[in-house]
Amino acid sequence: MRKFSPATQVDFVIIGSGAAGGAMAKELSASGFEVVVLEQGPRLEDRDFKHDELKIRNTPALVNDHALQPNTFRKTAQEKAQLAPTISYGRCVGGGTVHYTGSQWRLHEIDFIERSRWGAIKGTGFADWPITYADLEPFYVKAEYEFGVSGTSGGSPFDPARSKPYPLPPMPIKSAGVLFERGCRKLELHPIPVPSAILSQPYQGRQACNHCGFCEWYGCERGAKSSSLASVIPAAEKTGHCEIRTGSYVREISVDKNGRVTGVIYFDSRKQEVFQKAKAVVLCANGSESPRLLLLSKSKLFPDGLANSNGLVGKYLMLGGTASASGIFDEPLNEFKSVMATRAIEDFYDSDAKRGFYGGGRIDGRWGFMGPIGYALGGLPPDAPLWGTGYKNFVKENFNRTMTCQSYMTSLPLETNNITLDPDVKDAWGLAAMRVTYKEHPDGLKVKQYFLERSLEILEAAGAKKKWGNPVRETTSSGHLMGTCRMGNDPKTSVVDKFNRAHDVPNLFIVDGSSFVTSGRNHPTCTIEALAFRAADNIVTSAKSGGLFQRSAVKSA
Amino acid sequence: MDKNQSKTQGHSRRSMLTASISGLSSIWLATHWPGILAAQEHAHTVAESGRPATFGFFSPDQAVEIESVAAQIIPKDDSPGAREAGTIYFIDRALTTFDQDKQAAYTQGLKDLSAKTSDLFPDADKFSGLNSAQQVRILTTIEKTPFFAQVRLHTIVGFFANPEYGGNHEKIGWNLIGFEDKFAWEPPFGHYDREYKQN
Repeated sequence: MRKFSPATQVDFVIIGSGAAGGAMAKELSASGFEVVVLEQGPRLEDRDFKHDELKIRNTPALVNDHALQPNTFRKTAQEKAQLAPTISYGRCVGGGTVHYTGSQWRLHEIDFIERSRWGAIKGTGFADWPITYADLEPFYVKAEYEFGVSGTSGGSPFDPARSKPYPLPPMPIKSAGVLFERGCRKLELHPIPVPSAILSQPYQGRQACNHCGFCEWYGCERGAKSSSLASVIPAAEKTGHCEIRTGSYVREISVDKNGRVTGVIYFDSRKQEVFQKAKAVVLCANGSESPRLLLLSKSKLFPDGLANSNGLVGKYLMLGGTASASGIFDEPLNEFKSVMATRAIEDFYDSDAKRGFYGGGRIDGRWGFMGPIGYALGGLPPDAPLWGTGYKNFVKENFNRTMTCQSYMTSLPLETNNITLDPDVKDAWGLAAMRVTYKEHPDGLKVKQYFLERSLEILEAAGAKKKWGNPVRETTSSGHLMGTCRMGNDPKTSVVDKFNRAHDVPNLFIVDGSSFVTSGRNHPTCTIEALAFRAADNIVTSAKSGGLFQRSAVKSA
Repeated sequence: MDKNQSKTQGHSRRSMLTASISGLSSIWLATHWPGILAAQEHAHTVAESGRPATFGFFSPDQAVEIESVAAQIIPKDDSPGAREAGTIYFIDRALTTFDQDKQAAYTQGLKDLSAKTSDLFPDADKFSGLNSAQQVRILTTIEKTPFFAQVRLHTIVGFFANPEYGGNHEKIGWNLIGFEDKFAWEPPFGHYDREYKQN
């Protein structure tokens, strides 16, 4: 791997190595630019990924450590925020793509233009994206081919148009998928295979999935999950122009007196401060850490934080919505094997005025548990015994006979839902901790209830002998972090432009879930990757023409 | 440990208890990794040496009491339960490694258990000396207490965790439910996909 000295002015520093940072590193280095990727976590190898539910559940092995990086939480600005594990993100090379489930859904055409379609929603920042599905479509293709996605093309009447089929056939159906499909067909719905960022066949020198069953929350021990770590990061390193520098915790993006970024200050693994010079910075630290770092990067020119002249950095946080219902069937499903979900429906994707609220989503059929411990603690219906012979027999009978209908859905962008700096709590580096203020819009709860009811209908139609819904509640924690540096054409109402360049800073790009204007249906990863490829394409053009590295600061409106 | 840290961990434990099946909210980032490693190494040493495990936290009497509670949470019937799976060793190691801050709760809980035992069965010497029906009667009166919830949590986690942690001896927990640790499979995986016809 290429190494750079911090004193060397590299072309790009990329902060974060997840879905966006990985894609960005690959594209920029493949175009010949010198790139340093700063990742706060370690680099884990295949052999580090164990099938160890206790370790994964009980330690921050792959994710942020709240003991070192606490966040506080409150519902409204009137409350004093309290410590809570609200925010979850990947903290290792590959970021969240290492431990995510691999559900690799594109947004639909409608997601980009919902404000035009449905009109304003009072009290919200509901808006159209500055780009359309057609603008992003070629980069969805790129993401699917660079990372490796298994799916069925054209299987759904609701699927958005695609210019190229998935590179790999879908993952084999599991019993939960069969039952889900059976129930949906009976209800005249349209089940389709779930597109998975998991290899159904060998691909680009990587092994196919061996169906071990440990995807969600686990790292893949054979590189079959299409994480950044398994795909674009090694490709970036192979160019000879990219260094992945782990254990690097960035505390400031620095600017000169003209308002141009000059590099970043980070703590190395010994907590020594290092300044890495760069011609431009690409911030890919996720929808919570990206705004926090901008808010921490105060200067004379940017007293309220970098790229924040309009005060919108951190605002419009969307944590996504979920709901779930489970059912028990007569025969063994053995859902502990293979990938999490194999069938889904998009029949309720679009919002529908007849429902009386805004919102839509997707339901998939899956096991729904992380392993035996997860099932034994959280997989039983509310009326099951909690201990004793009754408990033991219930777990014994139903561990392999239970499945879940899991829904992912919209959450509305509210200015009052945001990331700010906590005035009191500090992280282990002495920096202001992240404060999350979040209260779900009433439509967010209504859409959850709607999907819970649809899920129970599907389980009933599938022949479940027992079924139950998990009570709908407000979202207070999430790993799907969206909306905090929203994209837009107007510098007054957005943080980045339609190519992810900060309106305020000509050589700063912000590319991750923070760019989202609306939440989609709460499956952000594929879109984060596509946005990164699209932004990279534009950055390469701009840098090659010389414009990017010379342009002076634009005075913000 | 500073104040912030311990508060965060308190929260984390609660989220573990209420772990939802939606992956997004099921994290319980509770503990420090070296503690888990230490627990694992201890269990290895015990297994390899063939010696009976010594307890790091419990006195032998206390271990018998807690083991009796665990054996009611997951009892032996026609298949082995928490006692046979050695779950007490998992709990003991948890309390001396990654769950040290739960020691006081156990100490107090044991006292309360003893008091409850004398209360309901004045002639009894200790909880473990009662017959099964009597033990169930006592546990039923305390099943809503944080102490019981904690022992239940440790028992279930130990019983279903990887065997190297000491509480799932010879995969007793996994064998009970039909979980197989082969970690490599081919379709069909279950009954319904075996009979599935693409349509």
